[in-house]
Amino acid sequence: MTDLVMFAALFATYAVLRNNSFGGPTEASTFNIYFVFAETLILLTSSFTCGLASLAAAQGNVKKTINWFSATFALGLAFLVMEITEFHRLIKTGSGPQRSAFLSSYFALVGAHGLHIAVGLLWMALTMVVVLRRGLTPKTNSQLQRLALFWHFLDIVWIFIFTVVYLMGIM
Amino acid sequence: MGPIVHSMKKYLTAYLLSLLLVVIAFGLIYIHISSAHEVFSHPFLRVAIIILAVIQAIIQLKFFLHLGQDQSGKTNMALIFFTLGLILIIVVGSIWIMNHLNYNMTPQQIQDYMNSQSTF
Repeated sequence: MTDLVMFAALFATYAVLRNNSFGGPTEASTFNIYFVFAETLILLTSSFTCGLASLAAAQGNVKKTINWFSATFALGLAFLVMEITEFHRLIKTGSGPQRSAFLSSYFALVGAHGLHIAVGLLWMALTMVVVLRRGLTPKTNSQLQRLALFWHFLDIVWIFIFTVVYLMGIM
Repeated sequence: MGPIVHSMKKYLTAYLLSLLLVVIAFGLIYIHISSAHEVFSHPFLRVAIIILAVIQAIIQLKFFLHLGQDQSGKTNMALIFFTLGLILIIVVGSIWIMNHLNYNMTPQQIQDYMNSQSTF
């Protein structure tokens, strides 16, 4: 919940500053919407595989749980790599966060989400190790469910980033 | 925590619905930017894609996060509504205030500002 409020503040900042491009690149010229659409589909699919993983965990199937979480991890990693590629492209072409208020708020908002994804991946890797070593006890199961909640939450935040930042940006 | 019912069917439904919604939103914008004349008006598109995103958030909250299913569902809902209230105040408030800043300028400032703008 506190995280949600933080994202709300970043969204508000972005909404206010989105047109202040200071003569630099504007939203429409900055984004590669097809690339971002692919990112969206990947993250959505990872949310689905994460759901299947917690389903397998609830059924007590260790092998399936690990398999689905590995799939989620791989998709999450793909998403993160794509996002970093996008950031790298922007910074290389002179559209880094220091260019304008629009880009500062863009990097703050999308970067905060990316950081959450990175932390989520680390968390997922550690949880998988724990499950492999201790099996699916009530305790590890509860840890898995919390991780799944976090992951689904990140997907919901991304849906709003995709809508507000990218889709409304290129309109 | 009370029992949470996991089911394959629910996850699949949520996933397919989410996919559908995101493709519709993308499709609307795609038609908008790829056609020469205006198919949909800007305000319509803006409202439409936000509604699509909200529907999707509700679907995912319900099916992926199992909201309102367990014993503590009521407490959770209260927390969610409280957070939504905060978010509304922060986001709508910021946009409202920042877009009406010019109302708070002195006449001299407004004159300076208008002079600094290019002629229409």
